[in-house]
Amino acid sequence: MAKSQSKELERKKFFADPIMVTTIVVLIVFLTLFILYPLAILLVDSVLTGEGITLNVFRRILAMPSFRTAITNTLKVGFLVGILSTLIGLLFAYVEEYVQLKTKVLAGLFKVISLLPVVSPPFVLSLSMIMLFGKAGIITRYLLKIYENNVYGFWGIAIVQTLTFFPVCYMMMKGLLKNIDPSLEEAARDMGASRFKVFTTVTLPLILPGLGNAFLVTFIESIADFANPMIIGGSYDTLATSIYLQITGAYDKEGASAMAVVLLIITLMMFIVQKYYLEAKSTATLTGKASRQRMLITDKSVTVPLTAFCLLVASFVVLMYICVPLGALFRTWGYDFHLTFKWFQLVFTRYKGFKAFKDSFLLSLIASPITALLSMIISYLVVKRSFKAKGFIEAVSMLAMAVPGTVLGVGYIRGFSAGVFRTGFLQSLYGTGTLLIIVFIVRSLPTGTRSGISALRQIDKSIEESAYDMGADSFKVFMTVTLPLIKDSFLSGLVTAFVRSITAISAIILLVTPKFLLITVQINEFAEKGSYGIACAFATILIIITYGSVTLMNLFIKHFGTSRAVKEG
Amino acid sequence: MAKEKKGVRLEHISKIYKDPKTKKDFYAVKDTTLDIEPGTFVTLLGPSGCGKTTTLRMIAGFESPDEGEIYLGGEPINELTPNKRDTAMVFQSYALLPHYNIYDNVAYGLKLRKLSREEIREKVTNILKLVGLEGMESRMTNQLSGGQQQRVALARALVLEPGVLLFDEPLSNLDAKLRVTMRTEIRRIQQEAGITAIYVTHDQSEAMAISDKIIIMDKGVVAQMGTPQEIYYHPNSEFVADFIGEANFLKGSIRTTDGNNGTADINGNVIELHDIAGRNAGEECTLVLRPEAAVVADEGQLPCEVILSTFMGSYQNYHVMVGDTLVKITDFNPKNKKIYNIGDKAYVKFDTDSLHVI
Repeated sequence: MAKSQSKELERKKFFADPIMVTTIVVLIVFLTLFILYPLAILLVDSVLTGEGITLNVFRRILAMPSFRTAITNTLKVGFLVGILSTLIGLLFAYVEEYVQLKTKVLAGLFKVISLLPVVSPPFVLSLSMIMLFGKAGIITRYLLKIYENNVYGFWGIAIVQTLTFFPVCYMMMKGLLKNIDPSLEEAARDMGASRFKVFTTVTLPLILPGLGNAFLVTFIESIADFANPMIIGGSYDTLATSIYLQITGAYDKEGASAMAVVLLIITLMMFIVQKYYLEAKSTATLTGKASRQRMLITDKSVTVPLTAFCLLVASFVVLMYICVPLGALFRTWGYDFHLTFKWFQLVFTRYKGFKAFKDSFLLSLIASPITALLSMIISYLVVKRSFKAKGFIEAVSMLAMAVPGTVLGVGYIRGFSAGVFRTGFLQSLYGTGTLLIIVFIVRSLPTGTRSGISALRQIDKSIEESAYDMGADSFKVFMTVTLPLIKDSFLSGLVTAFVRSITAISAIILLVTPKFLLITVQINEFAEKGSYGIACAFATILIIITYGSVTLMNLFIKHFGTSRAVKEG
Repeated sequence: MAKEKKGVRLEHISKIYKDPKTKKDFYAVKDTTLDIEPGTFVTLLGPSGCGKTTTLRMIAGFESPDEGEIYLGGEPINELTPNKRDTAMVFQSYALLPHYNIYDNVAYGLKLRKLSREEIREKVTNILKLVGLEGMESRMTNQLSGGQQQRVALARALVLEPGVLLFDEPLSNLDAKLRVTMRTEIRRIQQEAGITAIYVTHDQSEAMAISDKIIIMDKGVVAQMGTPQEIYYHPNSEFVADFIGEANFLKGSIRTTDGNNGTADINGNVIELHDIAGRNAGEECTLVLRPEAAVVADEGQLPCEVILSTFMGSYQNYHVMVGDTLVKITDFNPKNKKIYNIGDKAYVKFDTDSLHVI
């Protein structure tokens, strides 16, 4: 049996479609050049020295006590943050899905919490943490009269990261709990199990792989996080900050490359376990759709402590966010609580606020539609077409998810500052806005692709086949059928890309040149210097921009989204 | 209406798939040669997994054959993509474009062919009248009933005036009553449009009612091709006889032959045979006896014992044993309203013309 003829025919049919062939070629070049190549060059750089292939660079950096500490620091923080975030996320999800929520306020708080990871710029929580609990912190200094509280270091990072990442776990766990058929738990109850027994013997085993999945996702986020350790870490260095300092402080690019490789290997291993082992398992155990509404828990001995805890955490997070605009409105935080607009004025007068907002806004605005379109094209190719390079495209765009921004940043420095493979080719790209835009695209591509893929999987394959059958080529099918059908996903991908770009810092901070002022870089700079008023003013405006664009998107989807596609007349 | 009715010819077509579990290659369609005349309505009929849908999708261009060549109107089309083939398909799930209204769904293919606005309007209006959807142009597809969606899917394919119209189990999502109405409609429209149609179904009554010719497929191979009557009355194998309608198989051997006629020995009973040219005495044979062609009676060709007797209103349903063979009989007109009970000894009686020898 030879399948050669069908393969040959499929090949001919494939090449009869020049637009698709071109698209795929362009995609492959893009992914190779801007994701694979920078990572490959890091590896090459750290093993290939003047005297051939050696592990000298690795030996050198591993001999540095500071680097060894950074590795243990990173893993310690990641582990704790992973566990705490997963537990708090699970508790929130459990309360939302199983417990009768009495007040509207609480339901509203839950919604805010779920929205936060989407709109929140990094290090906002670090800023407010310092302002609440630092030396001049309102809570420590004024409420508790502790004058020399040290908020910097392990606990500072751990608390801030937990509060930043637990909403992601909450959303993941919510999705899992929703899919548990209530009759499973009712059956256990009926057989005489107490509520606690039901949780430990039915609910928990069902969501265990999901919990592991949430833990690893948070773990990866935590060790890749640059902004929070930068601001609240103090002398407590993590891998991401060590790499940054190795480049900007010690000018040791080979060392930084090798460090980046170490960080990359750790995240990649976690990612592979998460992606190929836990993710499949966590959904496989929960394929059944809930057959009917769950009976919510009304027992006060359960509801009161659980809701109280969630209320406490949620209010604390909200308080931290409120802290930021307040910090921009007080004359001197911690000493002089007269209201003032001077920080906002300073932002726009002395500190070139307009240019910063214009640069950040413009670069993100250009990057987001490209990202959204690219991710929709990739998801279309991955879900709906079959061709040889498909596995490559899917794998590389997912790989980008596991690459910490700092690693990518160092990769770009090594890969493009002297041109591709130091040949000078594409060297002119280095330091330009175009490269920053490409970084934005690469950083947001995985999220967009993931949501595009799940949206496309919902669409019956024969709808596109019918259009194809009526005479449309791939391009026409994509433009007139696929894209309109996943309009919502496209729109939210657009806004997510925009928000992620305008709040990005980790890779960007290594690549930005004085030509461009970016808001996030400014916030980082002023926070480092201790000018919290200015940092808060910048951050406040950034939050307004991101929150505004998300609100706009939701309004837009509500009125023009596919759900309203049915127009009368 | 069709620009040009086209015939379809499959020459030694095979399609190989990999079994996802055993990782072994197998033939989904094997060495199939078919000739479909222009303007006829041909049905591919068979149990699930027999290769009928694969054959249809190869004609449409969604699958590529591993061996052989497909011709449409005399032209080889193996290398053409679906959008370049002069075929139009009606999908099982209708596959209407959910973001378009009826008019835009039907006009979609015409717009791709760069027809003028007026021409498109005229064609769409005409075709919607033909399928009985005039005045509903601006409805969205999710405001339509299953039958209406089916009509849109049909209109959308017909309006392109394709050389051949392909149907992939189009009625399987409708309720039983609507299925009967729609199949009559599809047949009427096909004849009015004078178009070649290839129709895939696993429902034998649908195939009988609608087709000029039926192609029975089994395990990737064509078992028999013929008119519905030929298939029903002259099945060429036990599979075909059993698949189309109900059949009893009486095994025995040919006793004597005399040109076209002869006799057979079934369980020691002599049965008269007709239409057996080419068969020789001594050969093994199987007689096909349809349940409605026989009755249980006090006298007849084969002695039997009744083991099940159920009154069904319009007929009496019997299971009787002839030797070790179970024979099912549906007696629509029991003589003198006499009913045999379980354990009764009687005879199976039939007209020897209604026997078919394989």
